[in-house]
Amino acid sequence: MSAVIQVKHLTKDFKELKAVSDLSFTVDAGQVYGFLGQNGAGKSTTIRMLLTLIKPTSGEIEIFGLNLHKHRNEILRQVGAIIERPDLYKYLTALENLRIFAAMSGVKVSEKKLMEQLEMVGLAARAHSKVKTYSQGMKQRLGIATALVHDPKLIILDEPTNGLDPQGIADIRNLILQLSREMNKTLLISSHLLSEMELIADSMIIIDKGIKVVEGKVNELFDPAETVVELKTTDDAVAYERLQQSGLQQFVSGKRNDCILLKLHRNDTPAVLKELVQMNINVISFHSRHSLEDYFLSLTGHPNAEAITN
Amino acid sequence: MLKLLRIELFKIFKRPRTYIAFGAIAAVVILFQVGMKFDGKTYLDLVLNNVSDSFEVSDEFKSKLLNGYFICFAILNILLIQMPLLVALVAGDAIAGEANMGTLRLSLTKPVSRTQYMLVKFMASIIYTLLLLIWLAVLALFGSMLVFGTNSLVIFRSEVIEQMNSYDVMWRYFAAFGYAAVALTTVSALAFLLSVFAENAIGPIIATMSIVIVLTILSEFNIPIYDKTVKPYLFTTHMVAWKGFFYVQADSDNKTIDGTIQNLPAILRSMGVLVIYIVGFVGTAIWIFRRKDILT
Amino acid sequence: MVLLLSMVLLVNAQTPDDVIKNVKAKLDKVNDYQAKGKMKTNVIFIKAPVANVKVYYKKPNKLRINNESGISFIPKGSVNINLGNIFVNTNGFDIIDMGIEAKTNLRIIKLLPRDENSDVVLSTLYIDESQSLIKKATTTTKENGTYELHMTYGKYADYGLADKVIFSFNIKDYKLPKGITFDYDDGSKKKESPDKLKDKKGKVEITYSDYSINKGVPDSIFK
Repeated sequence: MSAVIQVKHLTKDFKELKAVSDLSFTVDAGQVYGFLGQNGAGKSTTIRMLLTLIKPTSGEIEIFGLNLHKHRNEILRQVGAIIERPDLYKYLTALENLRIFAAMSGVKVSEKKLMEQLEMVGLAARAHSKVKTYSQGMKQRLGIATALVHDPKLIILDEPTNGLDPQGIADIRNLILQLSREMNKTLLISSHLLSEMELIADSMIIIDKGIKVVEGKVNELFDPAETVVELKTTDDAVAYERLQQSGLQQFVSGKRNDCILLKLHRNDTPAVLKELVQMNINVISFHSRHSLEDYFLSLTGHPNAEAITN
Repeated sequence: MLKLLRIELFKIFKRPRTYIAFGAIAAVVILFQVGMKFDGKTYLDLVLNNVSDSFEVSDEFKSKLLNGYFICFAILNILLIQMPLLVALVAGDAIAGEANMGTLRLSLTKPVSRTQYMLVKFMASIIYTLLLLIWLAVLALFGSMLVFGTNSLVIFRSEVIEQMNSYDVMWRYFAAFGYAAVALTTVSALAFLLSVFAENAIGPIIATMSIVIVLTILSEFNIPIYDKTVKPYLFTTHMVAWKGFFYVQADSDNKTIDGTIQNLPAILRSMGVLVIYIVGFVGTAIWIFRRKDILT
Repeated sequence: MVLLLSMVLLVNAQTPDDVIKNVKAKLDKVNDYQAKGKMKTNVIFIKAPVANVKVYYKKPNKLRINNESGISFIPKGSVNINLGNIFVNTNGFDIIDMGIEAKTNLRIIKLLPRDENSDVVLSTLYIDESQSLIKKATTTTKENGTYELHMTYGKYADYGLADKVIFSFNIKDYKLPKGITFDYDDGSKKKESPDKLKDKKGKVEITYSDYSINKGVPDSIFK
């Protein structure tokens, strides 16, 4: 698979801080690439560098095999993006906004195509309303329409599901999958909704404090079948002691104030539950935590996390 | 580039605030014309005070003085001081407004170079300035001619009275408006430059006006220490050179020579200074903008 | 030669009273006139184009210069352009003969009005005796200083009406505060005449093209 984005040793120094440090990653064609990190990790700065809003201090960016600095316009003609909130001209209508940004993208887009875009994001009925009358969710959808109107090959989305209700989130998920699987677009998506990313991302990168923590194919980095369980009992202290001295000791990964943490494969769940009952441990709740979220936290927030470097 | 310019003009003229300037000009011009229609002779008494000792100053004489050309000249003297603010309203908003709205970051991810983006924005503000001046010309010149008729234009300078035949006036107004366009473009360029540094249009607008006011005061001061050192280099000193089109050459008998300008080289020099300022302001704005990290 | 001498002697034989009488007689032929003229204003602080004017006169001392359509700065005291104004007097004059001015051969006669209330204090006339025409007149007034008139005659000489009149009058200094004028300093040097006194005087030159004599002029013109 050919690389659509190749970032090599990218660094950005602001006066007071090093926002991005020696970052390298590759996004292959047709992939949905997840860009994950806590707030302030450097995701936004990296995305802005990819879109030439910020100049890197050092490093190289190639998109479509071309140097971004030397072939900026040629590259950006094929890129659509939402950066943070999709701010548009509030005093203009949705259609007028779309028309403007389509024209700026260097592509001739017919009025019919513009309406189709609005149709696709469910805004056709409000095409002639001023954006200032739009809800946050509607603005988000309009932002997505703006990113896609010129049929770009590469789409960069920063928090695309912000402000959307569950149905809206599902719609965006399906749209992303459709763009990737059916239209062979490449997508770079930065998001905090890890549950969503797990459903759509092919590959991902996690960065923390401007440094890459891990990069790779989602299914190679963690097994979704691996879960972390939050076990709550009537007496956690006693239960914890007994588990440590039992055959379930291998599954115990830690203890919090409000629960006991177990790490186990999905297939082990029935046996573990059976054992807990046999040990007369009164279980109040047995809650499987989302694995990607846990994986993320273990890499970036958990005190015992180990940084896995390439 | 033309397509982008159309987009910029579309955005400017879709905003209600753009029309404030046109409304303000109309209000000032009409108020002044109404005032002069009813009480223009009192205004003239002030300027004719010295003259009435040696010359006949009848009501008929005053009526003829108060013709459309004179009214327009008086309006320009007043308005061309206020116009810089109206011009700064759009130019100061050029980049800062987009940053404030959040649309700047999306615009700059488009396949349009920053230089091109800036040039288009500046050209749009020039067009806006020209439209403002055309509007002013229609109301102040043609409107006054309609209401007050035409006759010789007599202007009262501090040490000399200039009178030119009515057929010798119109081309001077064309030249003066053309010059005013350059003068206001200089203010536009300053506001444009300041716009690059701000994320809100208010800052550049106020800053531009403050600079123009302070420098205008310095330009008007007759303090010798400023005369040679600072005044010749201030753009505000040269912005008023449009008046020079109404200073006529006269022979040794003080008879005016139709179609002449007293000191055309001075006007052209002033225009040169303004052009240098425009190039300097816009060039600097583009240079800074190209290097700027867009964080909004 | 004898004829010339006798003519000169004959002319010299005219008393100043006679001279004045003859001049007056000529002027009295005109009851009124309307004339078209071109007027040039030469005042240090006014730059003006040549104006097309109409001059109206009615005996004994009504004179009006009108720019019908355009604008002209008409000097106050322009009534003194009318030569007859010199002779308007209820109590008569003291006439003083100053003799002949050598270079011009004009007879110089001074008139002192006897009326103490008269505005005119003294008039000095330079007269071409042979034609009974006043070529130059200097009039000193109480209120408005001294006026000077220079006349050039042509086809209307018989009526004592000049083809060209140059009228000099006093002007007050002109200055307006910058706050009212918003002047632009274009770096031009201020015009300064070598003779400072000249700045205090203005000049108006009227070249007449058409006299319409004794055809009647309504009084309303002079209001």
